[in-house]
Amino acid sequence: MTMVFGIPLPALLGQLFLGFINGSFYAMLSLGLAVIFGLLRVINFAHGAQYMLGAFAAYFCLAYAGIGFWPALIVAPIVVALVSAVIERTMLSRLYDLDHLYGLLFTFGLALIFEGTFRYYFGSAGQPYRTPSLLAGGTNLGFMFLPNYRGFVVVASMVICLATWLLIEKTKLGAYLRAATENPQLVQAFGVNVPLLLTLTYALGAGLAALAGVLAAPIYQVSPLMGSNLIIIVFAVVVIGGMGSIVGAILSGYMLGILEGLTKVFYPEASNIVVFVIMAVVLMIRPAGLFGKEF
Amino acid sequence: MLERAPTEPLLKVRDLNGWYGESHVLHGVSLDLHEGETITLLGRNGAGKTTTLRAIMNLLPRRSGEIRIAGEDMMKVPVHKTAYSGIGYVPEERGIFASLSVSENLMLPPRVGPGGMSVEEIYHLFPNLAERRNSPGTKLSGGEQQMLAIARILRTGVKIILLDEPTEGLAPVIIQRIGDVLIELKKKGMTLLLVEQNFRFARKVADRFYLMEDGHILESFAVGELDARMDRLHEVVGV
Repeated sequence: MTMVFGIPLPALLGQLFLGFINGSFYAMLSLGLAVIFGLLRVINFAHGAQYMLGAFAAYFCLAYAGIGFWPALIVAPIVVALVSAVIERTMLSRLYDLDHLYGLLFTFGLALIFEGTFRYYFGSAGQPYRTPSLLAGGTNLGFMFLPNYRGFVVVASMVICLATWLLIEKTKLGAYLRAATENPQLVQAFGVNVPLLLTLTYALGAGLAALAGVLAAPIYQVSPLMGSNLIIIVFAVVVIGGMGSIVGAILSGYMLGILEGLTKVFYPEASNIVVFVIMAVVLMIRPAGLFGKEF
Repeated sequence: MLERAPTEPLLKVRDLNGWYGESHVLHGVSLDLHEGETITLLGRNGAGKTTTLRAIMNLLPRRSGEIRIAGEDMMKVPVHKTAYSGIGYVPEERGIFASLSVSENLMLPPRVGPGGMSVEEIYHLFPNLAERRNSPGTKLSGGEQQMLAIARILRTGVKIILLDEPTEGLAPVIIQRIGDVLIELKKKGMTLLLVEQNFRFARKVADRFYLMEDGHILESFAVGELDARMDRLHEVVGV
């Protein structure tokens, strides 16, 4: 059997791929956080809860309405985006003129309320969500057995990240978003409805989290705490990538997932902290993050 | 467009007061800007010239008084609808967006009325911008940034342009070029409200002047009276 640094190659590739799957979720979630932070300057602590809501929305769709995975992939993000838009319009938007700490505290409280409510009704144990039949089974790649659904998640996350990047960098709406990030007052003076743009951005970020949640449902179980388990790592990813940097969030999401996978092979004891160690090192060397602009 | 008596100004400001937080910075500013006319606000730094423009664009936290564009009451119009009354703003700091290319900066402001220049006409007027259309906005020189800031408003079809110190910090040859552009715009019937400290520049384009100090309008006079008032101007503007 081929060995790399004393590790069997299949084990190495297997962990690498697992890391890539985790990285797909890190990338999608940190992307949404970066989009929201970039324009709203709000550190959205409810992001994990919105991810969890996406997974639960898919679960409810199936359990109570018989709506399967594929429609849920569209329905759940829209529902979560709408709920988040209402929250932004009625509550979060009142905090923009105050210290940024208020937005952080508000979204943190929001996350606790959502997670607490779901835990009250569903307990901490997860609900299983069946893999869509189209993607059941797996493929033997020679060096490892790849469950089809996980392969799909990796591809889907890349498509989602690329589409979001294109939306922000290449469209008129994206130009409004980038301009309003720099100078919201002037963009408004030009005749652009910036408050509406803020609501749309928050809804977009929340919708991205929910989409990740739906994709996660068949892999991880649908549980009230699934978001809070993940969100701390995702925040570290955003800090490493550079707050507000879209490309930074995407690339460091995948990178850190893979790095975490590799750590599991070479030194499993460190795999839970490797992301935070890297965050500390990055903060010391480049406080604005790998892709962030120095202010 | 609303029917107006020929003497009714296109932009009419009466008893305009403005505040930044607790500090009262505009004290009853009144001015008239007729269609096709160019007026210039003169005054020292801190006299309230920029604040007057910001108050007209509804960018102050608090304001009171009367502002009318073509007879329409602007006091209740929200910020993002103000431009649709046909008014464009070129801020002092130019406001070129660093994360947007030159052409994205140019295309950013929505069209708010008919008769705006086409992109071809704009690139013809500002050939430098055409050459650099794909560079990031802030890679331009100061003069090019100023031209871009003016150019992107010309696309929108506004009737009034508020220009805040377009010559500040620029080389004489660029100032000359901007002067030529403004004269060209005047010929096309554009209405301009200019803020300047450089009244040697302003006298070439302005029809009338308003002299400001401490948030008040001290006086207004036509361009022909400028020479007779030089001593007074030096005293108030201090240049």
